[in-house]
Amino acid sequence: MVPDKNGYFGGFGGKFMPETLMFAVQTLERVYHKFIQDKEFRKELNFYLNTYAGRPTPLYFAPNLSKKLKIKIYLKREDLCHTGSHKINNALGQILLAKKIGKRRIIAETGAGQHGVAVATVSALFGMKCAIYMGTEDIKRQRLNVYRMKLLGAEVVPVESGTRTLKDAINEALRDWVTNVQTTHYLLGSCLGPHPYPVMVRDFQSVIGREAKTQFLKIERKLPDYLVACVGGGSNAIGLFSPFYLDKSVRFVGVEAGGCGLNTGFHSATLEKGKPGILHGTKSYVLQDKKGQILSTHSVSAGLDYPGAGPEHSFYKDTGRAVYVSVTDKEALEGFRTLSETEGIIPALESSHAVAYLKKIPKHKTVIVCLSGRGDKDMEQAVKYIKINE
Amino acid sequence: MNKLQKLLVESKSLNRKLLSIFLTAGFPNPQTFDKVLLDTAAYADIIELGVPFSDPVADGPTIQYSSQKAIEKGVSLHDVLSMLKNFRKKSSVPVVIMSYSNPVYRYGVERFFREASSAGLDGIILPDVPYEERCPYISAARKYEISYIPIVSLTTSLNRAVDISGTSTGFVYVTAVTGVTGVRKSVSRTLPCFLKDLKSRSNKPIFVGFGISSREHIIGLKNFCDGFIVGSAVIEVIRRGKNISKFLENLRSGL
Repeated sequence: MVPDKNGYFGGFGGKFMPETLMFAVQTLERVYHKFIQDKEFRKELNFYLNTYAGRPTPLYFAPNLSKKLKIKIYLKREDLCHTGSHKINNALGQILLAKKIGKRRIIAETGAGQHGVAVATVSALFGMKCAIYMGTEDIKRQRLNVYRMKLLGAEVVPVESGTRTLKDAINEALRDWVTNVQTTHYLLGSCLGPHPYPVMVRDFQSVIGREAKTQFLKIERKLPDYLVACVGGGSNAIGLFSPFYLDKSVRFVGVEAGGCGLNTGFHSATLEKGKPGILHGTKSYVLQDKKGQILSTHSVSAGLDYPGAGPEHSFYKDTGRAVYVSVTDKEALEGFRTLSETEGIIPALESSHAVAYLKKIPKHKTVIVCLSGRGDKDMEQAVKYIKINE
Repeated sequence: MNKLQKLLVESKSLNRKLLSIFLTAGFPNPQTFDKVLLDTAAYADIIELGVPFSDPVADGPTIQYSSQKAIEKGVSLHDVLSMLKNFRKKSSVPVVIMSYSNPVYRYGVERFFREASSAGLDGIILPDVPYEERCPYISAARKYEISYIPIVSLTTSLNRAVDISGTSTGFVYVTAVTGVTGVRKSVSRTLPCFLKDLKSRSNKPIFVGFGISSREHIIGLKNFCDGFIVGSAVIEVIRRGKNISKFLENLRSGL
C-alpha cells in the first residue's frame, strides 16, 4: 500500500504540524524518497541490520503452545534483536537518514523504553547527542530501561505534563523539535506522526514481514492463515502485515490493550473504541471525548498505552483488511506466563497481548505471531502482578 | 467584508499598528471570563480566543497550564462559541478563534464555521494545519465569510511564505521565534530581515506573535509589520491575578 502524494492512506494520514516543522518534514520526505530505493543505502542499512542488530531473526515453531491450543504457531522472534525488540530496525534506518540530512542531535519519545533504548543505542553507535522524552509514570514502571538509556549516554527527560505517559512524551518531543529543528532529527518510534513518518517507519519495520514470509514459505510451502501482532501505535504489526497486504487469504489480527475492559474507560483500544481525529500530526483513529479532547488511556504495558494508532491501521480497519481486537491486562499477564512456561520464552508485556489472543484463533489454523520484544524489562511489573508459588 | 477585514483596511490607510490579544477561553474560570473579555476589549484591537486542547504541541508551559485549567472546568468549543455570542451583545471588537484542528474536526468543519459565523466570528487560526492541509478549512471559511489566517515561521522559505500569505483573507501570522509560545526576553535577530523580505513580496497585513511579551519588543519591530499578537504574557498577568488593564495600556503605548 502506497499512500498518495500528500501521505494519505484512503482518508487517513496527512501532515498536521506547526509550520515551523514543515521544512524538516519536507526535507525528511525528500531524503527518504531519495534513499529508500538507493542501492548503497539499502546495503549500508542491511549491513547494520545483519551484523549489529542480529537479523534475520528466527521464525520459531512453538511446539508446546501449538499442542496446547491446537493451532500451528510460529513466533517471529523480534525479541532476539539487539536491544531486545523490533524497535532497532526503525532506529537504524532513521539514524542513517538523519546522518544524510546532516543532523547532529537525535530526540525520541518512549513508552516502555524499548524505542528509547534502541535510539540511545544507535546514537551511541553513530556518536550523536541524544535526548529521550519519557513520561514519569512510565519511568516508574520501566526503571531498568531508564538506566539502560542513561548507560548508553542518552539524556532521559522526565515528562510531567498531562497523563505522564507516551502521549505526553510525544508532545514534549515535538516541542523540543519545534525549538531545535535546525540541528535535531526527531526519531519517531511508531507508524504515526506526519507524513512521511508512517510510511517510513512501516518500510523500516517491514523487514519483519518480508523475512517471516520467506521463512514460512520455506518451511510450510504455503502462506499462513493468520498474522497476529500487538498494536499500540502499531509499528511491529504494520511491519509484519504489510508484506502480506496483497495475499488476501492471510488474515491480519491487531491486538490492542483492553486494560481493565473496554467498558471501564481504562483501556487503550483505539481502533475499537476511538473515532477519527487528528493527533500528533496525523489523521487516524483517536480515543477522544465528544469535545475532541484526547482521553487518557490505561494498559499494564507502557508500550501500548497510547490513545492513537497509525493511519495505515485506520485504513486497514475501515477497508476490513485487518481486524482489531483487544485482550485485557489479566489475559495479557496469562499470555506472558503461558509462553514462559510452555516455550521457555519470556515475552514483553506488549507482545504478551498478541500471545494471549491465540486461544481465540480457530483450531488447526496456522499463525505467525510477532514476538515484538522480550520481557526482561517487565520483571518488576511481573513481580507485582504474578504470584508464583514457592 | 467582516469586522476584521474592515479594521485591517482602515488601519492600513491610517498607518496604524494593531494589537491582538490572545486569551485562553474560560481561563481563569468560565464564570468570570466575560469580564476578562470586556476588560481586554477596552485595549485590544482584535481578540484571539484560544480553544483549550488537551495536547497543545505548539504551546509552552503558560498556555498548556491555562488550557488544562479550562478543560478541567469543562470548557469546550461549543462553550467558546457561546462566550463569543454573549460578547457580541456588548462589543464589536473583531474576534478570531485559535484552535488545534482536532476539536474543530470532531465538531464538524462545516458545522463549526456555520455556527461560528452566526455567533459573530471574524477569523480562524489553526496552528497545526499547514498549507498542505488547508483546503477543507479555507473553503468553509470563505463560504461563511470568516478570515483565514495562516501561520508563517522563520523556518519557512520565502517562496513558501509568499504562497502561504496568498491564502490569507485577513492577516498573516508570523512567528517571532523558532519554538513554542511563551514569554521570551528577546525575539529572533533574523526577524526584521525576514519581515522585510516578506513585505516586499506580499501585500497582506503581517502580524508578529510567539514570544512577543513587552512594550520594548513592539517598539523594536513596529516598523516591520502591521500588528502584534500577545498571548502568554497576558495569561501570566491573569494567572497572577494582576491588573490586566494596566498591562495592556503599557503594551499599547509601544504601538
